[in-house]
Amino acid sequence: MTVAALAATAIVVLALLWEVLHPWAARKLDIFRANRARRADGDGLPGYDPGRERRAEQRARELLKSCVNEEEWAMYRDLGFIRVWGGESASAGDPVLSRDLRGAPYAYLVYPHRPIVAYLPQTGRLLNEYCVEFPDETRPYGSTRLPDSDDVLAKWMALKGDERRLISEANMHLPGRQIDPKMLQRDIWRLGRWERERLEGAAGRHAVGPAD
Amino acid sequence: MKFLRMRPGYGEQLLAEGDVEVAEDEERLVEEFRRQLEQGMWAAVPVETETGRREAEMVRAFEDIPRTTDRVIFFPRAAGGAR
Repeated sequence: MTVAALAATAIVVLALLWEVLHPWAARKLDIFRANRARRADGDGLPGYDPGRERRAEQRARELLKSCVNEEEWAMYRDLGFIRVWGGESASAGDPVLSRDLRGAPYAYLVYPHRPIVAYLPQTGRLLNEYCVEFPDETRPYGSTRLPDSDDVLAKWMALKGDERRLISEANMHLPGRQIDPKMLQRDIWRLGRWERERLEGAAGRHAVGPAD
Repeated sequence: MKFLRMRPGYGEQLLAEGDVEVAEDEERLVEEFRRQLEQGMWAAVPVETETGRREAEMVRAFEDIPRTTDRVIFFPRAAGGAR
């Protein structure tokens, strides 16, 4: 009698568990089958691989370092962005913003995967945001997005090589559209402090003279 | 001369390499250059000025590449970002 009661209880428990677990197990099985089919087709988005992305970024950093000036590399390494002076493009024609600024020197802050920001270094006044991307539609690993440092290098080369062409491709907005102006002002302040410290460091090294 | 291309999820990839003074190599490089531009790539050449400053030049034709340059970097053409 007791055995029969225990067996009946076990059957009820199993039935209840089945009711609870069956939808979850079916969902997991569907996901597993879908992933297997996608891998077999060689189609669809491959899984995100943090190791691959990290190696890609490491390669991109090396390339960036080998192309930009030592000061710009140090700026990117220490601050996370690069300042590029405007109006120095090798392409023909007037500087892009000089007409509006009556010759005042202007520069760009170049961040990875964020708009390029034009500003006046003398006053810190923000001028414009230029939203620009470099999408690779071949999507070799399912994404159109270049590694961070490649994005910075692409912007740097395009600004240096043909500022007008890059700016004409970008969507121009007033400052604050995508990047918080307070963050920009803080970055401009950080850049000023960083440059002063570098200058002081260099002056100190000169004053001490070569190490023996 | 090396042709490098920035790739998502990879970094730079070597597309082609050759000596522009060797006709066969040059022909191969010209073909690859055209192929990349047809795919919508922009091409840039890192250069160094007389004062030692590093700069970049954008090139639109193979003939524009300085003969002495050691690498040309291809990257996807710019497109307006978030509206």
